Amino acid sequence: MANGEERVIVRLTNVDKSFDNEKVVKKLNLDVKEGEFLTMLGPSGCGKTTTLRMIAGFEQPDEGEILLGGVNVEGKKPNERDVNTVFQNYALFPHMNVFDNVAFGLVEKKVKKEEIHTRVLEMLKLVKLDGMEKRMPSQMSGGQKQRVGIARALVNRPKVLLLDEPLGALDLKLRKQMQGELKHLQRRLGITFLYVTHDQEEALTMSDRIAIMNSGILEQVGTPEEVYNQPQTKFVADFIGESNILEGYVEHVYEDAIGVTMESGKARIPETGYESEEMVYLCVRPENLKLDTKPHEGFSLRGRVREHIFVGSINKTMVELPNGQMLKAETPAEDELMPVGTPVNIYWNPGKVVVMRTKEEMIYNIIERSVQIEGMPNDPIF
Amino acid sequence: MIRSFKKHMGAWGTVGPTVIWLGIFLFLPLVYVILITFLTKNAYGGVDFSFTLENYRNLFKSEYIKVFWDSIVLSLETTVICLLVGYPFAYILANAPRRWKNFLVLLLMLPFWTNSLIRTYGWNTLLRTEGIINHFLLGVGVIKSPLEMLYTDQAVLLGMVYALLPFTVLPLYTSIEKLDKSLLEAGSDLGASRAHVFTRIVLPLTMPGIFAGSIQTFIPSLGFFFISDMMGGAKTMYIGNLIKNQFLSARNWPFGAALSIVLIIITLILMRLYTKVGSLEDMA
Repeated sequence: MANGEERVIVRLTNVDKSFDNEKVVKKLNLDVKEGEFLTMLGPSGCGKTTTLRMIAGFEQPDEGEILLGGVNVEGKKPNERDVNTVFQNYALFPHMNVFDNVAFGLVEKKVKKEEIHTRVLEMLKLVKLDGMEKRMPSQMSGGQKQRVGIARALVNRPKVLLLDEPLGALDLKLRKQMQGELKHLQRRLGITFLYVTHDQEEALTMSDRIAIMNSGILEQVGTPEEVYNQPQTKFVADFIGESNILEGYVEHVYEDAIGVTMESGKARIPETGYESEEMVYLCVRPENLKLDTKPHEGFSLRGRVREHIFVGSINKTMVELPNGQMLKAETPAEDELMPVGTPVNIYWNPGKVVVMRTKEEMIYNIIERSVQIEGMPNDPIF
Repeated sequence: MIRSFKKHMGAWGTVGPTVIWLGIFLFLPLVYVILITFLTKNAYGGVDFSFTLENYRNLFKSEYIKVFWDSIVLSLETTVICLLVGYPFAYILANAPRRWKNFLVLLLMLPFWTNSLIRTYGWNTLLRTEGIINHFLLGVGVIKSPLEMLYTDQAVLLGMVYALLPFTVLPLYTSIEKLDKSLLEAGSDLGASRAHVFTRIVLPLTMPGIFAGSIQTFIPSLGFFFISDMMGGAKTMYIGNLIKNQFLSARNWPFGAALSIVLIIITLILMRLYTKVGSLEDMA
């Protein structure tokens, strides 16, 4: 940990998990700091829910350790762990009214009746369900049910609250509203939230930090700004927001910059630390991709305007590169549009590109491709 | 006019056959049975058409009260044992891996498709003094003289439980299978031990299944006669046997009919309870 003062409340070390010989979580290492709102984000089947279920105790890891508050919880049943879960399908007890649902955990802990009463009512007030304690779950809307689910978990004052896509079943407007309320609740109570979602916007708006997972692997952990502005992997760049990703290799290493050659052109990028011949990805957000009829210094990347898509406040312009790749550029709606078919120069402002080293498997891809075009003198593409 | 005629025709076209069927095969016989209860038996085993309430009065004779009492006790015992055996059975069945489930349910249903008389004879072969179990135990040397197992009240109870167990298990199975597994996880997540998850969540939520299973076991067990005949040696008289005897041996149809009516009334009351609980379950 960079900051030693912050306590780690959940630590996963080299956690592996398979179902039917299929690895769903691979060598996962993750620290959750006390009091933070950490979101595990990834497409469905990436292993994020399985990770959450291992922390809750519903699943046991095949390998590796899970520490809760510094204690290894191997072999501990869910009822012996100081965490509580909010389920996607609410999982409210249908035979109990709201009060009894929320009181369930406190009754198990043998808390005194009067204290249960005050704590339950207090919690219901916090989730804006005061006066509803006699209702049965079947008489409530989805949003209300999930408020009960949240209250039922939080009333136990867990070390960590685990939320498994809790807003997944709600409609968009209600989801937005609940996102705000959840964030508010977390700030107010100071309880660590470990939140699982596949909705990147939800993750960006609510979290202190985001852990992005893809096919069982943790791709990147960072603040929303970090994962958006400095994605470390191609997957993250692609998954968070929209990205234009260009494949290339470092042709020249200058003192303060590198010259990257792509299939469709060249660009000079003020970055250091790369070696000649190294394969890289360039990642440019659509709002940072600029189009101009005049050439720009340091760029020889040209394309043709193919399509304009009007989406309210902005225009999306699709530009086709000579190799057929489509790039997306966003401009404010009031800007004048270049007619479809116009040849354009593509550029971006310094610092608005993220350079990523490609993984080895990608290098092989490109080497394979270059083998195919071997023997062609003065390769027309470069 | 024509329109309403057509409408009625449509209704008769669809419901008509059922009404006719039920009328001929349920309603008329029932009316006939009720009618007979008010008639007098004659010396030749038939009925004389002279009105009497004698048959109903006879029901309150102490020997018949005892028959009813014994029957109800036996049925209750059967129901309770079926529940105790059937609940874990149904629980395992409902939680079995998917590919095993259908096979296990098939195993449960299989005996159903064989004649119940033949199955009861099977028990006789096992239990009687020169039966397989006694042979085995004698051969092994565990016992010196054969055990008296057949023709006891326990044998009847065993036979009843065996015959009615599927009636208990199937509603329980449906009820347990319907149970949302995430509720069990939620319970455990909130600090409940396995025992508490069972008593606070599983048991209350499967109550409708327990109730349905009990009624579906209790009702047929009241009317069974061949098991107590074959495995109890008719030592203790139950309603089913009594009714059978009135019709076949004693040739007292009016009294047999009166007994049947009592049985039907008990059944109807229980069915009413059953549907009431059923509608409660739908509300939840």
